Amino acid sequence: MNQTIRVAVIIPAYNEEASIASVVSAVHAASSDSIQLTPVVVNDCSKDSTKEIIGSLNCVALNLPINLGIGGAVQTGIKYAFDNGFDFCVQIDGDGQHPPQFIPVLEKELVANNWDVAIGSRYIEKEGFQSTFMRRTGIQYFQFLLKLITSENVTDSTSGMRMMNRKTMKLLYAYYPDEYPEPEALIIYNRNGLKFGEVPVQMNERMGGQSSIQGFGAVYYMFKVTIAIIFTYLRQ
Amino acid sequence: MERIQIIAIIGSLCFLGYVMWQIKKGKLREEYAFIWILSTFVLIVLSVWRNALEILAHTFGVIAPPNLLFAGALFAVLIYLLHLSLTVSKLQYENKTLAQELALLKQKIDKKEKA
Repeated sequence: MNQTIRVAVIIPAYNEEASIASVVSAVHAASSDSIQLTPVVVNDCSKDSTKEIIGSLNCVALNLPINLGIGGAVQTGIKYAFDNGFDFCVQIDGDGQHPPQFIPVLEKELVANNWDVAIGSRYIEKEGFQSTFMRRTGIQYFQFLLKLITSENVTDSTSGMRMMNRKTMKLLYAYYPDEYPEPEALIIYNRNGLKFGEVPVQMNERMGGQSSIQGFGAVYYMFKVTIAIIFTYLRQ
Repeated sequence: MERIQIIAIIGSLCFLGYVMWQIKKGKLREEYAFIWILSTFVLIVLSVWRNALEILAHTFGVIAPPNLLFAGALFAVLIYLLHLSLTVSKLQYENKTLAQELALLKQKIDKKEKA
């Protein structure tokens, strides 16, 4: 008995008209008979033509009427995946940073290790796009902070490429952080007794769009995430 | 009654009238109106009964009575601001949930129309 595994590929998109079509077709290309991938594009009230483009693509198009930020957009996708009975959902970026051919790898590792969440990490085998020195330093700081309070070692805590099972979806259905959710979500998993681990993946440089984290935003990011990590840990 | 007292009382009454007018128009919820009516009441009492502040200051051991007024007012404003922040956070959460529901429902309708 070999049942097809259904995976919802959540692609949050904010002003991604340049790259969204190729990301969706790359998802279809990575789909197979054993693992069926359904692209779920969450348009976070883009100002460009993202809405029109995803309307003509072969994907599930969720158009938010107001801009919710990355966390709110991803949570919309998680709600869709949970309500529509998908076995797993995985988040990949709309700017082409996460190659979809690693999705089956994440799924295999998640099932083999009996994890609830599998995280794609750039920094295990250190291949592919490694980001700038400043960002790597920030990520190492989070690695230290997370190890300190959860004793889990996560090399790429800001990685958005995550696959989760239905148990995790149900948890995040109720609460998912709005801004910069990735490191904070790790604490949520830890506090709720979910098992997670990292899988080596390669990432690309973004094809279009701009990072939300630069300049003064980077300082705010570090501060906000540190506060969020500590308070999420203290919350029961 | 001194001139400043009369000005203070008229000012407080105008403020009270404005608050009540907003409630009447349905623009201000009663739960928020309560705190504004209460603070107007305190202002009127302090304007009419000038010794009240000195008596209170003496009771709390404050040397200069106006300082008690400033400290009290500042503290009340801070607490009220915190309350407003909490309200905004709650509204933001509810707003987010509604937007998500809407996007999910729109997708369902679009799918039905296409089929």
